[in-house]
Amino acid sequence: MKYLHAIGSYFLMIGNVFYKPTKWSITKNLILKEVEDLIYGSLGIVIFISFFIGGVVAIQTALNIDNPLIPKYLVGFATRQSVILEFGPTFTSIIMAGKMGSYITSSIGTMRVTEQIDALEVMGINPLNYLVLPKIVALMLYPFMVATSMFLGILGGWAASVYGGYTNSADFIQGVQSNLIPFHITYAFIKTIVFAFILATIPSYHGYYMKGGALEVGKASTTSFVWTSIVIILLNYFITQLLLG
Amino acid sequence: MITVENLHKSFGESHILKGVSTTFESGKTNLIIGQSGSGKTVFLKSLLGLFTPEQGTIYYNNQPYSQMTADERIELRQKMGMVFQGSALFDSMTVEENVMFPLKMFTNQSRSEMQDRVDFVLKRVNLVDAHNKLPAEISGGMQKRVAIARAIANKPKYLFCDEPNSGLDPKTAIVIDNLIHEITNEYNITTVINTHDMNSVMEIGEKIVFLSKGLKEWEGSNKEIFKTDNEAVTDFVYSSELFKKVRQMYIEERD
Repeated sequence: MKYLHAIGSYFLMIGNVFYKPTKWSITKNLILKEVEDLIYGSLGIVIFISFFIGGVVAIQTALNIDNPLIPKYLVGFATRQSVILEFGPTFTSIIMAGKMGSYITSSIGTMRVTEQIDALEVMGINPLNYLVLPKIVALMLYPFMVATSMFLGILGGWAASVYGGYTNSADFIQGVQSNLIPFHITYAFIKTIVFAFILATIPSYHGYYMKGGALEVGKASTTSFVWTSIVIILLNYFITQLLLG
Repeated sequence: MITVENLHKSFGESHILKGVSTTFESGKTNLIIGQSGSGKTVFLKSLLGLFTPEQGTIYYNNQPYSQMTADERIELRQKMGMVFQGSALFDSMTVEENVMFPLKMFTNQSRSEMQDRVDFVLKRVNLVDAHNKLPAEISGGMQKRVAIARAIANKPKYLFCDEPNSGLDPKTAIVIDNLIHEITNEYNITTVINTHDMNSVMEIGEKIVFLSKGLKEWEGSNKEIFKTDNEAVTDFVYSSELFKKVRQMYIEERD
């Protein structure tokens, strides 16, 4: 019953986000600020993680190929497939559920605790539109971040393979280019858009409807991370089944 | 003017407001007093429209809030200013941006017009050197003054203050009280203040509503509160030895 109530409240919140819009001149600045905080502010960690995870995927694949009949270019192929299909969109989103999600929940939660949301409401402003819509719009740039992650993952795989002596550059690049199914890219970016919406809204929900004080802000951030991750993983399964199954 | 008729509000099983009726006139400093848990904050938040009462009506200039359309309610809220207990300043904005916020939101003024208004209201609350500071960089008393400046920036018709003196030293508390009182008279605003501070009651209470266990126990002015024989009011207002002596002196002088 509690979960049904939460799901209902979440969808009502989504509806209210688009109701009674704030002036465009204000919203525009809020969107730019969110792009800076959420997208630009997360690029560093995404670059770092993607490069090294791509490297690890390549090394693991190379180490598990001990049959001489399996071509060496498979390392590049496997790295590309892993990074594009799962690591780029899904794994990055789980990391972002922790990074962006806890930031969103704690910033909105703190505004709730310190009555800043009440202040917006008293002024006749729709707080959900003011606080959540700029985050949703800003996160529509999330596919660019995931594209960066994909590129750097493959680059990390190439660097680890070539400089680690597992394969040569030509074989790796051949693997990256072989048997590419363009729909896999489309599938990855469809997932990314859905995850971007989840990353903006579930943490906002947990921050906006939190009750209590500073301690509860911390608890709400943790709960938000758990639920954002669960929803991303479940949606990943359903989207994959729907589009590739 | 705000008129409240038979206001009831419950949360689950607990019946917080049990039929409160009163009138708050414009140009007057109206105070709501009462012990913790008496329903003051729920009453104030009901006036602000943050809580929907189960029963009763709130009239803003004789127009019932419950019968207003969504657009009329938005328009009404733009005429309201609120000073929250913790100031509720937007902590990512500077003092100047906080005060300019309602102007940016609800007016089509040019940047220079808005700047003039911000300078004027900040000067009015005696804050001239804090324009570019963040709320975290100024004292509690200054934050309250910024909150007042933000509340009056868009020339409100109604000003609500929740415990404006809490956490302030007595001298700053008097400065804040006098400021609210002066602004109320100067701009003919209907001001409603929720307070525990007996100094405020004595100094600026042109109309005082005493709530007890969700009911209006007494109402009157700061002059009348000296004369009242209502036991609940005297127990609450004159709970300190100092105020007891002051009242005793007043009664002896009167007799």
